[in-house]
Amino acid sequence: MAERLTLKDPYTEVRIFTARILVAAAIVVLCFCALLYRYADLQINQYEKYRTESERNRVQLQPLPPKRGLIYDRNGLILADNSPSYSLTVIKERVGDLNKALALVRSLVSIDDDDVDKFMERLGDRYPYQSVPLKFRLTEEEIAILSINRYRLPGMEVEAEFVRSYPHGELFAHALGYVGRISEKELKSLNPEQVLNYSGTHYMGKIGVERYYEDQLHGKVGYQNVETNARGRVLRVLERSEPTSGVDIELFLDAKLQQIAQEALGDNRGSVVAIDPKTGGILALVSTPAFDPNLFVTGISGPAYAALRDSPDMPLYNRALQGTYPPGSTMKPFYALAGLSYGVVTPTTRVSDPGFYQLPNDSRQYRDWRRGGHGSVDVRQAIEQSCDVFFYDLAHKLTIDRLHDFAAQFGFGEPTGIDNTSERGGVMPSREWKRKVKKVAWYPGETLSAGIGQGYVLATPLQLAVATATIANRGERFEPRLVKSVNGQVLPVPEARHIELPADIWKVVIEGMEDVVHGERGTAKTMGKTLTYRMAGKTGSAQVVGYAQGIKYDVSQVAKRKRDHAWFIAFAPIDDPKIAIAVLVENGEHGASAASPIAKKIADAYLLGIDAPLVPAGTDGEGVLE
Amino acid sequence: MKYGDYVRQMPAGTNELSRRRGVFERLHIDWILLGLLMALTAFGLIVLYSASDHSLPTVFKQGRFFLIAYCSMLVIAQLDLERIKRFAPWAYLGGLTLLLLVPVMGTIAKGAKRWLSIGGFQFQPSEVMKLAVPMAVAWYLAARILPPRLKHIVLALAIIFMPTLLVAAQPDLGTAILIAAAGSFVLLLAGLSWRYIAAAVAALAAAAYPLWEYVLHDYQRKRILTLLNPEEDKLGAGWNIIQSKTAIGSGGFYGKGWLQGTQSHLDFLPEGHTDFIIAVLSEEWGLRGVLFLLTLYLAIIVRGMWIAVHAQHCFGRLLAGSMVLTFFVYVFVNMGMVSGLLPVVGVPLPLISQGGTALVVLFAGFGLLMAIASEKRILSQ
Repeated sequence: MAERLTLKDPYTEVRIFTARILVAAAIVVLCFCALLYRYADLQINQYEKYRTESERNRVQLQPLPPKRGLIYDRNGLILADNSPSYSLTVIKERVGDLNKALALVRSLVSIDDDDVDKFMERLGDRYPYQSVPLKFRLTEEEIAILSINRYRLPGMEVEAEFVRSYPHGELFAHALGYVGRISEKELKSLNPEQVLNYSGTHYMGKIGVERYYEDQLHGKVGYQNVETNARGRVLRVLERSEPTSGVDIELFLDAKLQQIAQEALGDNRGSVVAIDPKTGGILALVSTPAFDPNLFVTGISGPAYAALRDSPDMPLYNRALQGTYPPGSTMKPFYALAGLSYGVVTPTTRVSDPGFYQLPNDSRQYRDWRRGGHGSVDVRQAIEQSCDVFFYDLAHKLTIDRLHDFAAQFGFGEPTGIDNTSERGGVMPSREWKRKVKKVAWYPGETLSAGIGQGYVLATPLQLAVATATIANRGERFEPRLVKSVNGQVLPVPEARHIELPADIWKVVIEGMEDVVHGERGTAKTMGKTLTYRMAGKTGSAQVVGYAQGIKYDVSQVAKRKRDHAWFIAFAPIDDPKIAIAVLVENGEHGASAASPIAKKIADAYLLGIDAPLVPAGTDGEGVLE
Repeated sequence: MKYGDYVRQMPAGTNELSRRRGVFERLHIDWILLGLLMALTAFGLIVLYSASDHSLPTVFKQGRFFLIAYCSMLVIAQLDLERIKRFAPWAYLGGLTLLLLVPVMGTIAKGAKRWLSIGGFQFQPSEVMKLAVPMAVAWYLAARILPPRLKHIVLALAIIFMPTLLVAAQPDLGTAILIAAAGSFVLLLAGLSWRYIAAAVAALAAAAYPLWEYVLHDYQRKRILTLLNPEEDKLGAGWNIIQSKTAIGSGGFYGKGWLQGTQSHLDFLPEGHTDFIIAVLSEEWGLRGVLFLLTLYLAIIVRGMWIAVHAQHCFGRLLAGSMVLTFFVYVFVNMGMVSGLLPVVGVPLPLISQGGTALVVLFAGFGLLMAIASEKRILSQ
């Protein structure tokens, strides 16, 4: 057999070999053709596709966040600033094993579990290759440690960004609100144009002025085309369109007055609102206790937030705007105006006060706050002494609907329209209101409660301040405003609403209020004696819980938190009102003793000049305003 | 009468006459092969300069490797083929011993145990086997009657697959493929019956499933899956393929220009100076560069085949043929994997990719080729 040769046959071998080599050569050529076809396909047929791909790799459109507008007080003191903050950010795609990387970085700088939890949440909603912050406000030492170990931390960067800072800490927390990181919910609520505008922004106003003026404060996003390498590092800027900074805002607020108001409230829970009656500009807006808004900017930790939320003192609660309290006797001047206006009383009408009031055909006695009564009083004296019986009678004669209609003109029962968020409107009841809301008919006795500012009547300190300013203006009611000018341009004052009343009606009521402070039997005469100018005011106390009739109201038996809230409203000087004030001290018991001295301090400071320098919290005398 | 023919007529080994032969011939240098290799080397260094991000030290380091490689090629070219043949089994046994030592005392790098450290000198025994295996198979078959009979085929396969499996187990699939290819080419060129070849192909196809299921490592399976659908895992295993295809495609016909490749210079391309260097070349030189490169490779392969066909003895013929075809496999696997035709295995682009040991081994192979080429002139019949 041919292939069973016993000897090597070189010629056969060469023949076979040559044939095989030729086959191999053919295969080689075929394979090279395949390679060439593959490369030609990529480089010619699909050239456009891959060129675009590589351009997209190379060039990135980056949003440039605008600088947020600053907020100043009326004297140019910065209340909300931007300061650089260094954050540790992570690009998940470049990290590799995320858990290992987190363990490593946590061994270098302290990052608590809460930060990690928040980070994991943020990691959930982001674009590929988007950097996600892990820890904010790095210290210089931490930045140094991270820089040294950078080679061990691929995908992690220390990024600088400007974040909001509030140099005065809690002083303006309730007036300004705060900014915080944009939440997923907020992002979803934006329209496409806004989404674009916020593409580089991480923060937005959450509440308060920061929220209300968000559109102005935010500014307009800019863009840059940058060449980046695969690690996302910017190598050069190809094209740039600058962002437009947000505009600065100037408030009516006077920082020093604000501080005096806060100090005057001291450890009390309460609120002060001071208004310039001529413009409706808010001079001071305080709610105590407050909180440090700086905590919220980069995200407050769970325990810290829980502590604020669960505190019985409710520091997050904006008492000035959201706190609806029975206004108590502070309603009396407004009701007096109503009675005089509708003619159910005249300036000379006298009512005899035996210490209680009884409705016709009703045995129930409605007590006066003074046992034994005030005797025979006219409207001016009724205001001066805060006579309950006079106003029971007046309310009974007016009926609740007329009380409601008249008080509504001063803004009771509806939000004032202040340029701030989450304002509440309180309640000015009427029969219709009760039918609608309570689904029950109105009882005549309820008119009497409402007549001394109790029962269903609820108002915020801001509403009372606005109403007081309206009396100070003899009927001109301005919408209250925190912001005076935007970008240096004074905002137009919303047109005032006029309450047309004869001048003598105003005169009688204002004289009554003047007597409250300066009269011999005025409820705030102790405070009034120390005044160097004329002030019109009205004290008030609002029951926290109702008490059964006949039981003597004993202070010592009532827990502190069940004591009456103390009110004082005032404006001064009487002839040329420059400031209108509403003071609320929760559980302060008596308007005269708890609330009126606070109003005096504020009015003094505003009218007589402020000599105390203002030292912002957390600074060493920097920013002192003379 | 041509000079060559004149020499051929003279009695062999005459001193005066051999002195009169050309310098290249005296130095056992195949000048066509040398010229092609030097052209590729130069082109490779130019590409490497760009691929290494303008790193002259990298280019100089590679230049030194080339120097060593060329020297070893020239030294090996001087060796007598008969001695190489006698040395072949010992080289194979030595290499096999070292391979067996790797799992025992090897060092781990990049997740695989490939390196052996002897006297402070680190090297991969698997690289040695790229030459030792075809030498051993050629040595074994050259002494047999060809085409080989079944028992010789079985023995030759044993010679091939013992080291192949050891290398694959390291795991180093790329090198294992090259070793298996080098040995198998000898068998194929020796005249392995087409029936056997068909049977082997059929057996391989039948073995594909168990191979996939039980032999391949997870990462190897992943590479194959990635090849089929790179978009599936854009940021993981698919990243390399997507980025290298982007680099190649965006080069177009003319290329972006030397040093102008964005994919490589902006670090989108991984392993741009080693296994994926063809992507850099394609991006910066375009299809023109690819054509030029393929032409040079093809010329080297054709010249190698010419040498093989003209070899005087069976051993040289088989060895030369095998080495040329192995060289082709290098080129094809590398260019195929970078362009997404083949799964990614660790095979460098010969003479262009940065790397030391592999380069020296490659040039040692060219040295053998030159030794074979000169043999035909010396031992003319």
